[in-house]
Amino acid sequence: MTDAHASTGVSMPQVMDADRMSRALTRIAHEILERNRGLDDVALVGIRTRGVPLARRLARALREINGDDVPTGALDITLYRDDLMRQPVGPQPVVRRTEIPFSIDDRRILLVDDVLYTGRTIRAALDALIDFGRPRAIQLVVLVDRGHRELPIRADYVGKNLPTAPQQSVQVRLQEIDGADDVVIEGEP
Amino acid sequence: MSTTASRRQDAPSAGDLAPASLRSRHLLGIAGLDAGEITLILDTAEAMKEIGTRSVKKVPTLRGRTVVNLFFEPSTRTRTSFEIAEKRLSADTLSIATATSSVTKGESLLDTVRTLEAMAPDMIVMRHASSGAPHLLARMCRSAIVNAGDGMHEHPTQALLDAFTIRAHKGRLAGLKVAIVGDLMHSRVFRSNLILLRTMGADVWTCGPATLLPPGLAQFGGRLTTSIDEAVEGADVVMMLRIQQERMHGHFFPSVREYFSLFGLTPERLRRAAGDVIVMHPGPMNRGVEIDSAVADGPGSVILEQVSNGVAVRMAVLYLLAGREGQGGEA
Repeated sequence: MTDAHASTGVSMPQVMDADRMSRALTRIAHEILERNRGLDDVALVGIRTRGVPLARRLARALREINGDDVPTGALDITLYRDDLMRQPVGPQPVVRRTEIPFSIDDRRILLVDDVLYTGRTIRAALDALIDFGRPRAIQLVVLVDRGHRELPIRADYVGKNLPTAPQQSVQVRLQEIDGADDVVIEGEP
Repeated sequence: MSTTASRRQDAPSAGDLAPASLRSRHLLGIAGLDAGEITLILDTAEAMKEIGTRSVKKVPTLRGRTVVNLFFEPSTRTRTSFEIAEKRLSADTLSIATATSSVTKGESLLDTVRTLEAMAPDMIVMRHASSGAPHLLARMCRSAIVNAGDGMHEHPTQALLDAFTIRAHKGRLAGLKVAIVGDLMHSRVFRSNLILLRTMGADVWTCGPATLLPPGLAQFGGRLTTSIDEAVEGADVVMMLRIQQERMHGHFFPSVREYFSLFGLTPERLRRAAGDVIVMHPGPMNRGVEIDSAVADGPGSVILEQVSNGVAVRMAVLYLLAGREGQGGEA
């Protein structure tokens, strides 16, 4: 997996390395504290797949800064996708477990994902979350915002704004899943 | 892991889809499913099970889809289980019990189904007393067909929920000793379970009176015995089958009491099994015929768990088949 980098041979500029990723997450943790004035009613929910380790890292960063343990969950949005039954013919996306082991009622939920693009994943995640209860507020955290929104959705905390062309693809790799931390852009601008 | 898996982007696209899927757009039986497909259904059911623990037990996945439940044989748990599964996935459902339908006016199976098809359902879940009835429909209809039990042939969703229940307790299927005891001849639950468990590498022991052994049993593999003690010895799972009085046109054993004394599962017999044995029964149970009440309600019994797992497994099947719509043929 990590050698996808080298083997493709096409231009794949690295736009974030492990160090910058870590600093971006620490900055976001500080912004979360500043904006919410305390973490009493805050919880993190990561969107599968890569939002989940990012949410755990933010929980760790918040604990280091503030000493508070923030409850953390994982959300699978597959069953809420707007394109599920629109595939002409083809395999169904794999459904994985949603694990939110706390009540989201009256909490501030920090929804975490790796890349914000069209906004459709976030739309699905908002629908899924609201089936679990009535949070006091939902805020959106993304590591990369690459633009090209198709829905009226914006992030509250952004690790990096990354201008891209629609035909490009942004790859976020995380230690927990991919064995290394970085963000690269694939394809010609 | 493939690069497609790591290419999850904000915009869902065709390249985003995981490679795993079912090959057929129908679920007619366990025969024809390979180990990978069975595992896919069981894994998907794990995710579906969580939905049943929420306060809002519903996801919008099959919104706008119509599922017809067509039951030509009496059924409470299977029909209810399918209906709940369909509703949890937001499908529009209607259930037709033959006692209240035109079938009683002499309409043939094919005409009934063609009439229903004219109303364009996406899926038909069918139970029928004739083996192979769903296979006939699959050839004649555009809708996806799910077999909810056909005659003495197969009952695939029951075998899948049984496997799901076993896996939940034992963490695996391969290498387990599973004893299946009772009326092997009339049982579609048995056939589906035998095929599934063998496909997944379990050590299956089958046991029943010599008069209730189906012809050709040997071709499925597994071990056959007429001694329940031998079958249960060291078993990780004991699966009891119902004595199906309604299918018995003849005398297969002298009396219910004699059957119970020779093949009934009693607490004494169960002591021969592994310490953490689980006891299963597809229901409805004949207490005192194939199973002692003390066992049915005992600590190892997972009979009610089987029922609740049925909903999650059927949700998984409906979800996975829905993605196969629009494909022609029986393939």
